[in-house]
Amino acid sequence: MEHLLNIFIKSVFVDNMIFAFFLGMCSFLAVSKTVKTSIGLGVAVVFVLLITMPVNFLVEKYVLRKGALIWMGQSFADVDLSFLTFMVFIAVIAAMVQLVEMVIEKFSPSLYNSLGIFLPLIAVNCAILGAALFMQEREYETVVEATVFGVGSGVGWMFAIVSLAAIREKLRYSNIPVPLRGLGITFILTGLMAIAFMGFMGIKL
Amino acid sequence: MATKEKEPMFSARNLKLFTSPLGKDNPITVQVLGICSALAVTVKLKPAIVMALSVTIVTAFSNLVIAAMRKSIPDRIRIIVQLVVIATMVILVDQFLKAYVFDVSKQLSVFVGLIITNCILMGRLEAFAMANKPWPSFIDGLGNGAGYGIILVIVAFLRELLGSGTVYGYPVMEKLGIYKTGYINNGMIILPPMALIIVGMIIWFQKSRDKSLADNK
Repeated sequence: MEHLLNIFIKSVFVDNMIFAFFLGMCSFLAVSKTVKTSIGLGVAVVFVLLITMPVNFLVEKYVLRKGALIWMGQSFADVDLSFLTFMVFIAVIAAMVQLVEMVIEKFSPSLYNSLGIFLPLIAVNCAILGAALFMQEREYETVVEATVFGVGSGVGWMFAIVSLAAIREKLRYSNIPVPLRGLGITFILTGLMAIAFMGFMGIKL
Repeated sequence: MATKEKEPMFSARNLKLFTSPLGKDNPITVQVLGICSALAVTVKLKPAIVMALSVTIVTAFSNLVIAAMRKSIPDRIRIIVQLVVIATMVILVDQFLKAYVFDVSKQLSVFVGLIITNCILMGRLEAFAMANKPWPSFIDGLGNGAGYGIILVIVAFLRELLGSGTVYGYPVMEKLGIYKTGYINNGMIILPPMALIIVGMIIWFQKSRDKSLADNK
């Protein structure tokens, strides 16, 4: 349990998707204008990560890895499909997003109305694919570990986008040099926030 | 397509497609596309250049492929089709990098794979290749890749020079004897947050040079 908590805290604060790896920056910058929409997008990201991470983990473990196909018989022991990783991961993510969208639309129209517009965007959010690739690189051992890592990354991402949106809402009232307005100041702000987040580095539970 | 009059291969219009993403319509600083990977690979010049080349190649060729088959792609599944084309290109590039420049490929780690979700690709495919002929699309891809590359190289150059005192691995600061005057490398530049701040500065600089780009909100 403690081990899982450690993975979670680490993925939220220390290895924060935005501040340490700059993943999902495009939607991070584009959608962080108001707190409300950024919460919507954040929830959607957590949700998609929660669903795709275990699937990607299982696919990686039982299909892609070298020797993973051994369950199909001895003759498959040497098959190495890892070069297909990118294609399979992105297909899984796109398919899951589509599926989730359909399920939500059917069962909870109100959630669909608040989340729906963000879901297709998320298929091409680098944070999702990035988390899947990091999961592969760091070699988590069980589905639970991988899922906890996925949710943690999602929460960290959401945390980052909501705090940036809150700052940007306040920025509207400040007097910024004209050329720096909009994108420029957002970049610098994110940089400053990232410096603050470096304070979490090395924390271990 | 055949009814239109033939355009020369390097007409003024095509040339503009190539040059405008380099400055006025830069994918990173103006269109805000593809920032994710831009920042993480810019600690040293070498991985940045490799990354810029990979992105340029992938953008140009996936633009070409999608533009060539744009009329036969059903609208509803176009995102999946685009992703598959991009993923194929990226796998090719990844295998190539692993075979020929293994050390750089290790440094780039997951970021080669993340070219797939690089928004420059999807953005250009959606905005340009789906509505234009293959050759202009190819040029557009090259231009946008190069525009991305320029920013990457500028950021990486500054970070490597100020952070480690080298340029492309060559110890410039040491050879110039600057360390003797008491100068030390600024270790902070190597840290990830400084990449964001440097890009912010570049945007600031660009927008103050070109007033039409400024955001007047």
